[in-house]
Amino acid sequence: MKELLRMEGIEKSFPGVKALSNVNIDVRAGELHALLGENGAGKSTLMKVLAGVYKKDNGKIYIKGEEIEDLNTELSQKLGISIIYQEFNLFPDLSVAENIFIRREPKNSVLNFVIDDRKLNKQTEEILSKLHLNIKPKTLVKNLSVAEQQMVEIAKALSMNAEILVMDEPTAALTESEIVELFKVIKELKQKGVGIIYISHRLEELEEIADRVTILRDGKYIKTVNYKDTTVDQIITAMVGRDLEDKFPPYEVKNINKSKILLNVKKLTAKNKLNIEDFKLYKGEILGIYGLVGAGRTEFAKVLFGKDKCDDFEVYIQGERAEIKSPIDAINYGLGYLTEDRKKDGLALNLSVEYNINLPSLDKIATNGIIDRQKAKMSAEKYIDALKIKTPGMFQLAKNLSGGNQQKIIIAKWLMKNSKIIIFDEPTRGIDVGAKYEVYELMIALAKKGVGVIMISSELPEIIGISDRVVIMREGRFTGELEREELKEKSILSYAIK
Amino acid sequence: MIIGAITGIKEMKSKLNITNLLNELGVLLGLISMGVLFSIFSKHFFTVNNLLTIALQTSIIAILAMGVTYVIITSGIDLSVGSILAVSGVVTGKALLAGLPIWLSILLGIGMGGLCGLINGVIISNFKIAPFIVTLGMMSIARGAANVITGAMPVSGLPQQFAFVGGGRIGIVPVPVIIMFTLAAILGYVLKRTSFGRYIYCLGSNEEAALLSGVNVKKTKIGVYVISGLMAGLAGVIMTSRLVSAQSAAGLGYELDAIAAAIIGGCSPLGGAGKIRETIIGAFIIGTMRNGLNLLSINAFWQQIAIGAIIIIAVYIDTVRRRKES
Repeated sequence: MKELLRMEGIEKSFPGVKALSNVNIDVRAGELHALLGENGAGKSTLMKVLAGVYKKDNGKIYIKGEEIEDLNTELSQKLGISIIYQEFNLFPDLSVAENIFIRREPKNSVLNFVIDDRKLNKQTEEILSKLHLNIKPKTLVKNLSVAEQQMVEIAKALSMNAEILVMDEPTAALTESEIVELFKVIKELKQKGVGIIYISHRLEELEEIADRVTILRDGKYIKTVNYKDTTVDQIITAMVGRDLEDKFPPYEVKNINKSKILLNVKKLTAKNKLNIEDFKLYKGEILGIYGLVGAGRTEFAKVLFGKDKCDDFEVYIQGERAEIKSPIDAINYGLGYLTEDRKKDGLALNLSVEYNINLPSLDKIATNGIIDRQKAKMSAEKYIDALKIKTPGMFQLAKNLSGGNQQKIIIAKWLMKNSKIIIFDEPTRGIDVGAKYEVYELMIALAKKGVGVIMISSELPEIIGISDRVVIMREGRFTGELEREELKEKSILSYAIK
Repeated sequence: MIIGAITGIKEMKSKLNITNLLNELGVLLGLISMGVLFSIFSKHFFTVNNLLTIALQTSIIAILAMGVTYVIITSGIDLSVGSILAVSGVVTGKALLAGLPIWLSILLGIGMGGLCGLINGVIISNFKIAPFIVTLGMMSIARGAANVITGAMPVSGLPQQFAFVGGGRIGIVPVPVIIMFTLAAILGYVLKRTSFGRYIYCLGSNEEAALLSGVNVKKTKIGVYVISGLMAGLAGVIMTSRLVSAQSAAGLGYELDAIAAAIIGGCSPLGGAGKIRETIIGAFIIGTMRNGLNLLSINAFWQQIAIGAIIIIAVYIDTVRRRKES
């Protein structure tokens, strides 16, 4: 088979993180090459290098045997590379035809700045019929189902004569029957000689379509194998196997008193998204919630914290039935929440460290609404010291601090508020190794003081590294629970992936 | 290495202080240089009388602008203040004609403003409609209400004592100027030193984060629109008193001057930044320019053009500064 693409020794660093080191992948005409790895293994980064979104620091890229030095998005498209991201790049208010031919619309032969609608729709029809799709060119994209939108993306790629097609989690939002349709199209594309890089967490679906598999872990290349020469078990082992030493503070065995229930979620449901029953958090424990992206972990946290709406909400906090209708209620019940994306909804970046730390606790430092500046300074100073927040001063703006120190500001917020239950949502995302260690230490110290710590994470090592107990989420419900002694990466993954 | 780090931090601090100082002075420098220029070109400019005139002419815009500042810091906008000014003035005028005591008539006028602001705030925070739209609607509603109440006829024949609020002086200082500076002190204090003030900044800087930190976002939003309405109401009372007549066409287009003053003073339309002190300076820049250009007998149409240009330049400078910061 003809080789379409070869990426060799690709390296890519971001400030503080080595995202890719020495990664290889090659794609042949007519094959489906599955690219596998945990969240954060570097799959998306690698594909963004291929798309020309990121510039590689090192390594070589050959397309159809020719070395390409400076790949940018335009060149990448011209060379026949097409990427279908999880978040589609479609314009919902434009028609299918307009989307497929955006910026390449056929023009009127006389007035060459006027779009020839008839030609546009006819060409679209041709492409759609090649894919055996029953979609009308004039339909607005917003009126299509997710699966149909995906087909439009594929049609768009084909219309650009894509020879290398990258699909990032294409089945994540599809129903069983839609997946069957997608696979039909994929098989046809393979027959036409298109090379496909396929990223997915659903290992079981590879059986039907995959030819080869490449596995990444922590930004490193692990191996490439023929799919039929390997087993799902071997793949999982290659995805997770690693040593955890030194990355985490040593684990101390705790005696969790299971009669002291801090949080008891009897029933919590939200239409189609969440269906949770019997979730307990004990005093002084670190409870890890593992799941793949989209499993509903953050949604659970946001409903629990009163941010998002739900249908049923039967929750007891320290034995008392809790009515949580807003974050204010949640905070009054002793909850604290470190959001997944601290820049988006965790910090007021344009305001000072002191403002941010004191924000939830102004009632403690103000009398009749007037802030005692001395108290404000003292509390900020106290937490800057206690958490070793590295900042030139408390009046520094939050945006000028590093990711790890920003994370500590948010932790300080909830410490100051004296929260009894703190939800850490991806607490170490995007912060460097040293800061990660400090965040773990803080979480452990909190648990020792009797705080109930919930840690939502997509990183198995950290789940195993510091959790006392782990629950696993998939499709909005809890699918498994493991005690400390039972924690093994493979068993956790097998609950999370199906 | 440690010493290096310490001097590094020190250098950073002193550098920060200089840029801070320039930033702080930025708008004031603009005002001062404008004053110097006008003093050179007109000998009538730098006199006690003229400066007091400028202050008096600026006071109404400044009072509106302070309320608008609160709103803009939350990343909102209030287009209705000019119309609220009119309806409040009309309410006060009618109340006075009906024989109500002066203090009560004034309170009714201010209260009318507060009510309009309350409606703005409640709709914006409960129905999640963009502030631009809601206050645009209120701009029309309040103006219409003023017209309905008066039949578009001036309300005159107001009692002489009432003229003190807008036309009186304490010593040589006009009463509206005193009101303006007193309010500036109070509103500045509230913004800087109270929980409510902090919530306003946090809300403007990151609404999601504020919500998840337990800030009562709804209440805070309603609060700023009420304050903006109250300020507009008070401005309406002062204006009515100064003219000793209430007119439904009063304050036409003033919302733009008020917003301009806040923006020139450094309020970011993106929210999270702005100070009362600087808004006052922004209002004075507009007032001073009008006065100076008048003294130089440059016609009012050119003044419009100049103010427009200054707004754009001020925002451009702000944008450049922000880009440098990040």
